[in-house]
Amino acid sequence: MNQVFDLPNFLLILLYAVVPLLFIIPFALMAVFFERKISAWIQNRIGPNRTGYWGLLQTTADILKLMQKEDIVASGADKKLFLLAPMLVFMGSYAAYAALPFSSIYIGTNINLGVLYMVAISGFVVAGIIFAGWASDNKYSIMGSMRSASQLISYEIPTLFVIISIFAVTQELNLKDISEMQTANILNWGIFGYAGLGFKRILLIPALFVLMIILFISTLAETNRTPFDLPEAESELVAGFHTEYSGMKFALFFLSEYANMFAVSALVASLFLGGYQSPFGYLGDLLNLPWLVPLEQVFWFLLKGLLLVGVQMWMRWSLPRLRIDQLMKVCWKYLIPIGFVCFIYITIIMYV
Amino acid sequence: MTNIIESKLKTDEMVLNMGPQHPSTHGVLRVELKLDGEKIVKADSHLGYLHRCFEKHCEAMTYPQIIPYVDRMDYLAAMSNELGYVLAVEKLLKIEIPERVEYIRVIMAEFQRIASHLVALGTFGLDTGAFTPFLYTFRDREKILTLFELTCGARLLYNYIWVGGVSHDLHPDFIRLAKEFIEYFRPKVVELNELLTYNKIFIERTANIGVLPPELAINYGVSGPSLRGSGVKWDIRREDPYSIYDMFEFDIPVGEGLAGTTGDCWDRYYVRILEMEQSLRILEQALDQIPEGDVSAAVPKRVKPIDGISYARVENPKGELGYFIISKGGLQPFRVKVRPPSFVNLSVFSEIAKGHMVADVVAILGSLDIVLGEIDR
Repeated sequence: MNQVFDLPNFLLILLYAVVPLLFIIPFALMAVFFERKISAWIQNRIGPNRTGYWGLLQTTADILKLMQKEDIVASGADKKLFLLAPMLVFMGSYAAYAALPFSSIYIGTNINLGVLYMVAISGFVVAGIIFAGWASDNKYSIMGSMRSASQLISYEIPTLFVIISIFAVTQELNLKDISEMQTANILNWGIFGYAGLGFKRILLIPALFVLMIILFISTLAETNRTPFDLPEAESELVAGFHTEYSGMKFALFFLSEYANMFAVSALVASLFLGGYQSPFGYLGDLLNLPWLVPLEQVFWFLLKGLLLVGVQMWMRWSLPRLRIDQLMKVCWKYLIPIGFVCFIYITIIMYV
Repeated sequence: MTNIIESKLKTDEMVLNMGPQHPSTHGVLRVELKLDGEKIVKADSHLGYLHRCFEKHCEAMTYPQIIPYVDRMDYLAAMSNELGYVLAVEKLLKIEIPERVEYIRVIMAEFQRIASHLVALGTFGLDTGAFTPFLYTFRDREKILTLFELTCGARLLYNYIWVGGVSHDLHPDFIRLAKEFIEYFRPKVVELNELLTYNKIFIERTANIGVLPPELAINYGVSGPSLRGSGVKWDIRREDPYSIYDMFEFDIPVGEGLAGTTGDCWDRYYVRILEMEQSLRILEQALDQIPEGDVSAAVPKRVKPIDGISYARVENPKGELGYFIISKGGLQPFRVKVRPPSFVNLSVFSEIAKGHMVADVVAILGSLDIVLGEIDR
């Protein structure tokens, strides 16, 4: 037997690939549940409270229902693309988890271009959405997918401005290294100008703060969340690109939306909010238990990501929706120029 | 810019049928949109999906039997519909109405106006993508419906205002609860303003959209808040007072173009907010002045008017609602014709929707506040 197939190594890769999935599915279940609970609290309602204790099993029951549903394919639909689209969308958001540093010892693949990889792999989501809209043979779907495509492509530009600005500051595109730079001290986080930059940090703080806002807004747009949820604007386009989808295919779209929400929140947290770093040292260091540190890091990482997901939900249930031209205006007239100015400012500070 | 695109790229127009099953056409309206990308070239509305032959049915029923059917026209403002119909029949009968009945009718009509406007404002928010205001307005509307339930047992379709009187006297607690509601409701309007009315995104979405110039509005016969949003001070309660509306003090708010142009969607929305405040003023006066009396004293045993015609119009929450009744002396009317405000208001839609985007269609329809039950009858 030759050495091409290395079983232990293969199993390790498989393990690394499966861990995000083990996170995404329970997360999506809980996120949907909490989205409903949060919306209920905001809207003066009770929310789901019948299935399981405090309604906790509601989304599980919903998923079971969706799995039992008849798999309907519209008669005019392009069957292959119709089937491929939800898988592609889910693949895009699942693959993004590979570059997320959950802790200093767990990261799917520690590639040097981690941030760029995340932005690039999200491009698959666009392709999936366009496929879905085109294959559905439905006018609402195609309008939703066209909106989505133009929106995602436009909002990648401010995202990339933020990323090159971060690159100018940290000289790193590896999410783990960027997280390492923001030590376990809240004052060294990205939003307060990374560690080891001396007095320049004070000059950088305003620009970094603005960049974080830009990144957060553009990630909202990339995940199709309110106020940028035009692709699935229910009051105009019924359900947008997934109008014709039902059952498990719809569930995949749903799952990928929530997976995406956490992925982009984790990106914001990794770049600006210290990633997996604790804001004030580790209990493991204090008690001299080294194995505790990575677990704590996972805790902080999830906490930061989930808090940002909570902010996304909060915004969704308080704000109206923009129109397509206004959405483009926000991107091209405000975010991109401001992002560009911040980038120039940061390069001047760093290299002059 | 546009010229380059138009000359180089020949694109087809797309016909999009919005409705009759669509989340925001407010019922079973079908809007046939001719689209150039997202821009609207032509918008036609198609009606009739909810037609129930109301006017023909009336010819086979006695006058009091018609009242429940009247409820089902504008089902969000059943009390106001009843009031209009009953006024027309009473004109034929030439009967005197006890003062207490007049007060009760005004109180109910004004509560109904607030309830109807709350639905209009909430669903308008829903149309622009804001989910939460809708549930806030429904929470407050619920309290009004509870008051109605206390009075006559029904929450939506009341059959309460009868020819010559009302079906039940007010509940002993009604006046206290109504005053409590008024006190409760005033801060809620402020809350709604903070949440939706002055929201930057909401203003962006509705200001300068669907501008309805006053001349166009008058030419099309638009009435109610949609007309007043264009800055025309026209309110049947003031211009042609019916019941006892001439006894109360209230203002007629009109659109002033605070957020954009006068007569845009935001103005039509804002006029409704201001009108709720005026309704509260009328309610306060009516609740303080309401006299004692017998509410069924003037209810005739048999409604059998002599030959004649009558026309009565009332200011419904949606606009001017008119009833034209011809009597040939029998127990049943010879002909009943309704002038529904929603139907007339909708006619202006295709005129003002042109040149806007798909998302604006929804906003314009929401700002016109149509109810299909009334359009199709």
